[in-house]
Amino acid sequence: MPDVSLAALAAQIFTGLVLGMIFVLLAIGLSLIFGLMTVVNFSHGALYMLGAYVGFTLLRFTGSFAAALVLAPLLVGTLGLLVERFLIRRLYGRGPDDPLLLTFGLSLVVVETARLIWGKIGLTLDPPRALGGAVNLGFTYFPTYRLFVIAVTALVLVGLWLFLEKTNVGLVIRAGSRDPLMVRALGFDVGRIWFLVFGIGSGLAGLAGILAGPMRGAYAEMGVTIIIESFVVVVVGGMGSLLGAVVSGLVIGQIVSLTTFFAPKLAEIVVFITMAIVLLVRPSGLFGEAGLAE
Amino acid sequence: MRGVATWVGRHPVLCFFVVFAIFPWVVPYTSLATQVLIYGLFALGFNLLYGYTGLLSFGSAAYWGLGAYGTGIALAKLKVGSLWVALGLGLGAALVGGAVFGFFCLRRRGIYFAMLTLAFAQLLYFVGFHLAEWTGGDDGLRGITVPPLTFPGLSIPLGRSVAFYYFALVVVGLAVAALKRILDSPFGAVLQAIRENADRATACGYDISRVKHLSFVFSALFAGLAGGLDALRLTVVPIESLHWSTSGQVVIMTLLGGAGTFFGPFVGAAAYLVLEDSISFLTESWPLVIGAVFIVFVLFLPRGIWGTLTAGLRGR
Amino acid sequence: MHRRTFVKTAAAAAVTFSLPGILRAQGTGPVRIGMPLPLTGPFAALAKDMQQGATLGVDEVNAKGGILGRKVEVLFRDDQLKPQVGAQRTQELIEKEGCQFIVGGLAAHVQMAINEQTKKAKVLYVSTSQSDEISAKPDTSPITFHEALNPTITSRTVGKWVMENLGKKWWIVYADYAWGKQNNAVLAEVNKKMGGTLLGSTPYPLGSAEFSAHLPKIQAARPEVLVSVTPGADNIAFLKQVGSFGMRAQMKVAQPLLWISYLKEGGPELYDGIYGGMNWYWELQDTIPTARKFVEASMKKFSMPPGDYGAYSYSGVLEVARGAELAKSTDADKVADALRKNPQYDHFKGKQWWRACDNKSFQDMWIMKGRGPGKTKGEWGLADIVAKVPANEELDRTCAEKGFA
Repeated sequence: MPDVSLAALAAQIFTGLVLGMIFVLLAIGLSLIFGLMTVVNFSHGALYMLGAYVGFTLLRFTGSFAAALVLAPLLVGTLGLLVERFLIRRLYGRGPDDPLLLTFGLSLVVVETARLIWGKIGLTLDPPRALGGAVNLGFTYFPTYRLFVIAVTALVLVGLWLFLEKTNVGLVIRAGSRDPLMVRALGFDVGRIWFLVFGIGSGLAGLAGILAGPMRGAYAEMGVTIIIESFVVVVVGGMGSLLGAVVSGLVIGQIVSLTTFFAPKLAEIVVFITMAIVLLVRPSGLFGEAGLAE
Repeated sequence: MRGVATWVGRHPVLCFFVVFAIFPWVVPYTSLATQVLIYGLFALGFNLLYGYTGLLSFGSAAYWGLGAYGTGIALAKLKVGSLWVALGLGLGAALVGGAVFGFFCLRRRGIYFAMLTLAFAQLLYFVGFHLAEWTGGDDGLRGITVPPLTFPGLSIPLGRSVAFYYFALVVVGLAVAALKRILDSPFGAVLQAIRENADRATACGYDISRVKHLSFVFSALFAGLAGGLDALRLTVVPIESLHWSTSGQVVIMTLLGGAGTFFGPFVGAAAYLVLEDSISFLTESWPLVIGAVFIVFVLFLPRGIWGTLTAGLRGR
Repeated sequence: MHRRTFVKTAAAAAVTFSLPGILRAQGTGPVRIGMPLPLTGPFAALAKDMQQGATLGVDEVNAKGGILGRKVEVLFRDDQLKPQVGAQRTQELIEKEGCQFIVGGLAAHVQMAINEQTKKAKVLYVSTSQSDEISAKPDTSPITFHEALNPTITSRTVGKWVMENLGKKWWIVYADYAWGKQNNAVLAEVNKKMGGTLLGSTPYPLGSAEFSAHLPKIQAARPEVLVSVTPGADNIAFLKQVGSFGMRAQMKVAQPLLWISYLKEGGPELYDGIYGGMNWYWELQDTIPTARKFVEASMKKFSMPPGDYGAYSYSGVLEVARGAELAKSTDADKVADALRKNPQYDHFKGKQWWRACDNKSFQDMWIMKGRGPGKTKGEWGLADIVAKVPANEELDRTCAEKGFA
């Protein structure tokens, strides 16, 4: 057992919060896409990776981190739109496994293409000067950039909530997440909604990538482990539940961070243990609804 | 042509033996043929669960790995002298794993089922990684010496590629025959009923949870046997045997060949491995190639190579 | 089918099938060296370096007339950093392509699998991977040679130097897999033997580039030296995060190894003042004439100097050639004996030799220090040579410790 000073523990909790925020961004996208389209998007991790790479390239070209932060998710989101329109939509009417399999193949293609375009070794980028350095939080020094990540994610989540709660489109999306058949029966052009949702989900993944990039560097494999962890987060929260994605992301972020502190060897496996326990106790995750994922 | 197709459909095991007896001469080198046989068996097991029962699992690597490590540890650590005992121990490990994990995973359906299978496989990977005294950890299990094949009065060493190939052919052939029996039985019919419409099968009075569990266990046994054979082939069991990328590979192979068809798994394994072998020195971007091929198949050839061929021959 | 018929048919098939291989081994046609390496995957840049080094080696051998008058070819195959693929590619190289020698392997677990196949097929294997086990029992064999450094040598060398020059209070962060654990164990042992203090030793899962969970704790403990056993992309992520927590000003950072590819990717600001060991660095050409020839050949053919792994594969290829010439044969046992009887060689960086019991290559090593911004020389002049540590068998485990009588 390491020395558990309150300061160290507090620092760890903050770290867990940053980790959790990245999970939340990824999980929301995955959950939205699954809830509405019953599509398990295996290429989500690759889109996250693209967000980092595209963002870094934009930063090198424009010199502005703000530009990269805004444009990278938009570009990745646009790619998502294209993927939905030209690949996933063709699978309409087929079994639920086909989109999963297709996006699995897509992830291989995207990762390898990234390696071809940007080279084999990966990119490094430092956060902008203004966000570099550490802030004295009283109990510990904490990197400013990580606080920035927390702030940006919180803002985006609020924006997303407003969009879903206060706009008509948001209403349709929420309804569609809960009962896709009914929404179609009510006469909505589900195709347009899918298009939009896949784009938003992809954009969120891209945003997670550009946010995470300066903390860890960008390399082609960065999406591979995080996609599995993101799936765990979504499943624990309940496929299709946005509240579930948020709660689960934050909780699992803390679990991973604290496990790394107290029992580092278990850090890799704790997400799976958590998921197994949650699923065996609550069949459809914490907030999911039965019948949605079958 | 249709006559041939019907005949093949009626005598799959015989055709299997005929084709694979000459297979080493069709491919560039023997070890590749052996690889196709072994991964074909692995895919056969996965196909039973996915293609015939309709259950998509992300954790097949667990049973392949249990079979591989079981056989490997028997030979390397327990110094078991007999080939059959070693393979048997690998099978036993896969049986236990399949029975226990299956019990838990099958309590859920759909994507939750799939994620649970993944969780158990990752758990095993973690255990295998850290139990380094037994498994060799991430360096892999080495020190596997393959005993000769012994019959009364005859001992055949399996060191040469060709000898090992024909040994594997016999073992895999027996498994293929077993699968035929399973599919032809009433049990096999219920499996396929479950794939078509699980609720209806229940309504008809079948105990589908018991049937699903049995299917899961059979699938694990095939995977475990394949894993054990691979341990003998490579004389090393890498930790990657338990990693989800191994599970992913068998999914691709089954789909390429044709899920739900009898020979699909072998066709798919052959296509994947021969392609990988030939592409290997042409381009460094093998994942790009296989990913693109896979996407094309999902979009345009969802029945896979064998599935499309046989459907065409049957005039559908 | 009768058992006897089966055996006869199998035997006939076996002979027919191995005939081309037998013919090739008998001395007609080119000599082929197979090289499995991770052309795809996270270490692809290092693999490219390996590929280039091997190509330079083959060019040099062919310029001198090849091996036993026969042209030399090297065949590269992608092992995808996976043992099964490495094993399969090795089988292909031996069975289909008729390679008489195998050189290569980058990842320790892949080269184990490669080694199993070469042992079975009785083909000489020169490993270029950093592993402690490959030159010890039970994995090694009389035809398994290990050209690269290993964790014992590197960590003893760097550890000793750090104790003498940087500080005695350490904290080690290491990747939780074989290479990381081995380095950690050796470093801890060196620290203890030389009277230092190991404040802590933190494992992390390989490839999981999230260290912020550990850093506040380390910062609070105030070590003099932070020893980083973080390979590949983890190295860059680690150094970044250490920097972002403001720890660079508070302690020195040292690593068992520095890699030229990552020095380049990370950049001078990241690697400024980081200490580490290297088996080869191109600026050695300023002091070693044979190094100059090697660097010039690489600049001419690839417009970049050879790196650490390129050096290993270059040397491996040249040693294969030398052994075959001495033995007047490509037979694995004969070449192995010839190399053991004539163990000394010096191709490009000074004297090296094979130890008889375990076929381990002993070679000079250098302690390096990353150059900061403004101090780098051109594209590749990224580190200062701080000290040379000459080859010494005491830096590795003894023959007895490796399982030899």
